[in-house]
Amino acid sequence: MKMSGAHVVLECLRQEGVKHIFGFPGGVLLPFYDALYDCQDIEHILVRHEQGAAHMADGYARATGKVGVCLATSGPGATNLVTGITNAYMDSIPMVAITGQVRTAVIGKDAFQEADITGITMPITKHNYLVKNPEDLARVISEAFHIARTGRPGPVLIDIPFDVNKQIIEWDPSTYPKKVDIPSYRPNIRGHEMQIRKAAQVIAEAERPVLYVGGGAISANAQKEVTELAERCNILVTTTLLGKGAIDETHKLSMGMLGMHGTAYANHAVNNCDLLIAVGARFDDRVTGKVDKFAPDAKVIHIDIDPAEIGKVRFADVPIVGDVKLVLKELLKHVQPRPWSEWNDQIMEWKKLFPLIYPKDGKLYVEYIIDQIGEATNWNLIMATDVGQHQMWAAQYFKCRKPHHWISSGGLGTMGFGLPAAIGAKVACPESTVVCISGDGSFQMCTQELMTASVYELPVISIICNNHSLGMVRQWQDLFYKQRFSQTSLEASPDFVKLAEAYGCVGIRVEKPEEVRPAIEAALKVRKKPVVIECIIPTEENVYPMIPAGESVSEMKQRTDLEELKASLNTDSEAWSFSEEDKVLSEYVEEAESVQTP
Amino acid sequence: MAIGNLMMTQLEHHHVLTALVENHPGVLARMAGLFARRGYNIESLTVSVTEDPAISRMTIVVAGDSMVLEQITKQLNKLIEVIRVVDYAELPSVQRELALIKVNAEPRDRSEIMQIVEIFRGRIIDMGERTFIIEVTGGSEKLDKIRELLNPYGIKEMVRTGIIAMARGPRTA
Ligand SMILES: Cc1ncc(C[n+]2csc(CCOP(=O)(O)OP(=O)(O)O)c2C)c(N)n1
Repeated sequence: MKMSGAHVVLECLRQEGVKHIFGFPGGVLLPFYDALYDCQDIEHILVRHEQGAAHMADGYARATGKVGVCLATSGPGATNLVTGITNAYMDSIPMVAITGQVRTAVIGKDAFQEADITGITMPITKHNYLVKNPEDLARVISEAFHIARTGRPGPVLIDIPFDVNKQIIEWDPSTYPKKVDIPSYRPNIRGHEMQIRKAAQVIAEAERPVLYVGGGAISANAQKEVTELAERCNILVTTTLLGKGAIDETHKLSMGMLGMHGTAYANHAVNNCDLLIAVGARFDDRVTGKVDKFAPDAKVIHIDIDPAEIGKVRFADVPIVGDVKLVLKELLKHVQPRPWSEWNDQIMEWKKLFPLIYPKDGKLYVEYIIDQIGEATNWNLIMATDVGQHQMWAAQYFKCRKPHHWISSGGLGTMGFGLPAAIGAKVACPESTVVCISGDGSFQMCTQELMTASVYELPVISIICNNHSLGMVRQWQDLFYKQRFSQTSLEASPDFVKLAEAYGCVGIRVEKPEEVRPAIEAALKVRKKPVVIECIIPTEENVYPMIPAGESVSEMKQRTDLEELKASLNTDSEAWSFSEEDKVLSEYVEEAESVQTP
Repeated sequence: MAIGNLMMTQLEHHHVLTALVENHPGVLARMAGLFARRGYNIESLTVSVTEDPAISRMTIVVAGDSMVLEQITKQLNKLIEVIRVVDYAELPSVQRELALIKVNAEPRDRSEIMQIVEIFRGRIIDMGERTFIIEVTGGSEKLDKIRELLNPYGIKEMVRTGIIAMARGPRTA
């Protein structure tokens, strides 16, 4: 068949099962967009800024586990993708980014809108390609998708010059490689049998084990296996920011998130454990704080698909390289049931001593907003976030019940990620409720994508937690820089309600706690429009608990009013009460205690 | 990246790694970028073709303890185009380097210099009015040594290829 390079690309994408591309056109992409004009089965979402395209592809991938695809023209289009590609790289998200390039004849001559995007993205992609010959397109695209989705996933960039897209070649679509084999790239997915047996034995011998689960468990789709291991051995589970959803967070064995703003009980548990089972996690500094004081008495079982993660930060007594799901499956063949232990009681004690808690004093808090969203949706929603205090409150209070329901920028911490990521998730999962928790700072970094959501009639709900400041930076100034609030006030903001309306969205402003629920209910009813809910929250609130950067659990800062709040909770009948929680737990424990050990 | 100024003490933590890589444009940039980005200290890096034209061989001399070395090996292996990485610390191997040294050669010093060259089984490959160019191959220590001995005459210029290595016996990289 005779067809242009661009048609080859589209046909390859179709064969990869691509249904959506997030992109923005430009000169060197004219042949591609011309070919797209006739394309029926791939929907192109026209964004308003290429950064949005990359984040949408990223959000799409996080919501589905499939490869997200974004597209940008040469030069500025390509460089606008850079933040989004880095974000995907840091969080190991499968993505294929396609960029246009100037004609092959002028590459290297500083042609108009030329940028060496393969050079620029070398350190932020899993791999990248400059395709100089249209005959190579099919092979390169099949390899790119294969590399992006297998092993430790990540973004792959394909740079296609104008003439390569334009040239007509003879190509038979049925020759598109169904299976890819790259001899120099064969990730090890099956864990070492002997190490797995050893892990089972170490688990049997441990007195104070803890499961520490990261994003690797989400990309491997291992919620079932993680939960099974936790239940069989009665091991409590803490997840990283990216691991949220690896176990249902309403599960009694879930301790929520650990690390800098993690729950105190999760951090105490990790600090005192004698066995840390790290599953698809990488001992990031936001998790460990001071590395040599992190889980100081623990042996470590480290399961990860990427051999380079093992031993990078923390020595692993039992290293297991392999796909988390497959390794856990294998491990489950060897581990014996363990009963509920005194150690678990100790953790539950910590949970009572240091609960996640916030005041009910008539002021509007993000914690309350998250609770209300959860209650209104039975915690069945995809929550995307931006970066800052609101993100940490969301991570603490959002009880993520399923993998792929939590979409947050971890490794890079990219303000502006939330809205486009939520849009990508909504495109991928039109039936799901998608809520973006944002801040007044972050939201203004990709606001323009409201237009995209509006045009495609995507009812994503954005909650702007407006504290009139760059709250997270302000918090550090408050705690560590003598309240010298340098450049963190956002006193002057646009009228977010009017802004939403200007983009064709529904805008709602909320100032009191009692207005939150009705606003959410109203937003959930909107069918074809994005909704923006601006919540006016206090400026001076800080996120607690907090372990200052580079410190250990012993330096953890708690709310100063923790004791008062705990006391008031026990008397306030409306509030969540310990007794209720206790009852559910004791039923669980009773069952767990009856587990027979071999 | 030059190995020239190496002191013997530094040599103790030396590792010679060989990476077989796909012979693609950009693969050297990927390797170099990786070393720079992760802060690894390369002392020399040589790239050449192999018996198979599709595959290039990079020989890398790095300093670092075993933790660092393990990371380097793993990170290199993560590059899609890297086929295999071999650490020659674990294998009996031969390691060679070639140096060209331009040294002052005043008539009164010439015979002494020629003797040194002889002892090191080097060759004088260019003889000017006041200079020699000496070619010498061997292990890095040998090259360090001849350099030291020639120093008093005045070394005007020196270039070294960096180490290449090969396993002894039937084993190949
Ligand atoms: C692109 C980018 N620039 C700067 C930062 C540094 N930073 C981290 S949190 C934060 C403040 C975020 O403010 P806002 O979105 O209003 O959220 P809040 O913390 O107030 O909830 C800043 C500036 C960042 N993470 N990303």
